[in-house]
Amino acid sequence: MSDPALKAVNLVKVYSGGAVPVHAVRGVDLQVEPGEFVAVMGPSGSGKSTLVHMLGGLDTRTSGEIWVGGTRADTLSESAWALLRRKKIGFVFQFFNLVASMTVADNVELPALLGGASPREARERREHLLGALNLTDRADASPARLSGGEQQRVALARALANKPSVLLADEPTGNLDSRNTRDVLRLLGEVHRDGQTIVMVTHDARVAGLADRVVALFDGEVVDDGRITRRRTGTAGAVIDLR
Amino acid sequence: MRLHLLALLAKEPAHGYELKQALEQTFGGAYPSPNIGQIYVTLGRLEKDGLVRAVDVEQSNRPNKKVYYCTAKGRDVLTLWADEPTEGPRVRDEFFMKLVLAPLTGIADRMALINRQRRHYLSLMGDLNDLQARTAPDDRVALLLIEGAMLHLQADLDWLERCQEDLA
Repeated sequence: MSDPALKAVNLVKVYSGGAVPVHAVRGVDLQVEPGEFVAVMGPSGSGKSTLVHMLGGLDTRTSGEIWVGGTRADTLSESAWALLRRKKIGFVFQFFNLVASMTVADNVELPALLGGASPREARERREHLLGALNLTDRADASPARLSGGEQQRVALARALANKPSVLLADEPTGNLDSRNTRDVLRLLGEVHRDGQTIVMVTHDARVAGLADRVVALFDGEVVDDGRITRRRTGTAGAVIDLR
Repeated sequence: MRLHLLALLAKEPAHGYELKQALEQTFGGAYPSPNIGQIYVTLGRLEKDGLVRAVDVEQSNRPNKKVYYCTAKGRDVLTLWADEPTEGPRVRDEFFMKLVLAPLTGIADRMALINRQRRHYLSLMGDLNDLQARTAPDDRVALLLIEGAMLHLQADLDWLERCQEDLA
């Protein structure tokens, strides 16, 4: 059997900077298989963002283990983890972190090039992703000239540019109106059907509804972990019942 | 459905089957297909209340068909309907009652109830996503209906999290 795409073992995060230590994540076990789409949900302050930031190596763990593919990641040096991340992980942040001095097109192509794609592959991938997110005509703009919703879609395109083994996302539709959310949903659905593994923190039920599995956090612990079943009845009446 | 049929009849007289088709065409694939029997029962009640009247139209080789039209009284009722604000959907209080009461009896745990309900909402949302993907992009009425259902579901889910924060 192949390795899980991502694995956390008894993962703990304590923030000890303040007067009282904050136990943000209290012993989370999580195993994500290749191709799975996991929605991480829960009230604010339940530890969701901290969890995915640790999984992506953007925040250090206090204790526990993180495995990316078959590789133990939490014991790697910062630079070694950066290298692993460049190859295997795409990350969409709540705030977009685009490179201000580069065009939208270059922001999206860069991770593909860093991940080892040829310039032509990187360009084709970028054209496809920007097209799918209705951003083709913004390719030459600088990020500063985009709306929040546009920047967020660029950040998603960038995270998908190197076809990462795992896409980690923290509220990727937080700044989008309904129509833009629909483009994002369509793209996420498409890459997921093509086998993209996704772990996504979201409050957006539309996005979570695409997932195969929901992990609910409460007070730093996993309180629910299970499959999201579809009835697939095919008839509209069975789904919509507004009285 | 009473007033919906009445509105269609105020647009133009029709027989029962035409009303079913008009509902389907107007609301597109997203709307539950109306039951023809229910349409005839509703027309009967509208007629009894004097809001519609039926005339028999002769057809060659077939039984007469009943064509319904809206009366002046029917039009008054429609005007009132249009002029009044509409009651919004109610809070889904059956789940809330369960959440508050069931744990008191010791037969259920709030966290488990909330978790089960969350999965249920997400599964409904998945179905709505599928439905949205299958609906033609130019079918605006149907897409808005689906979006409305999604927004209601989002509110249900947000409320569930609030319940979890304060009750679980």
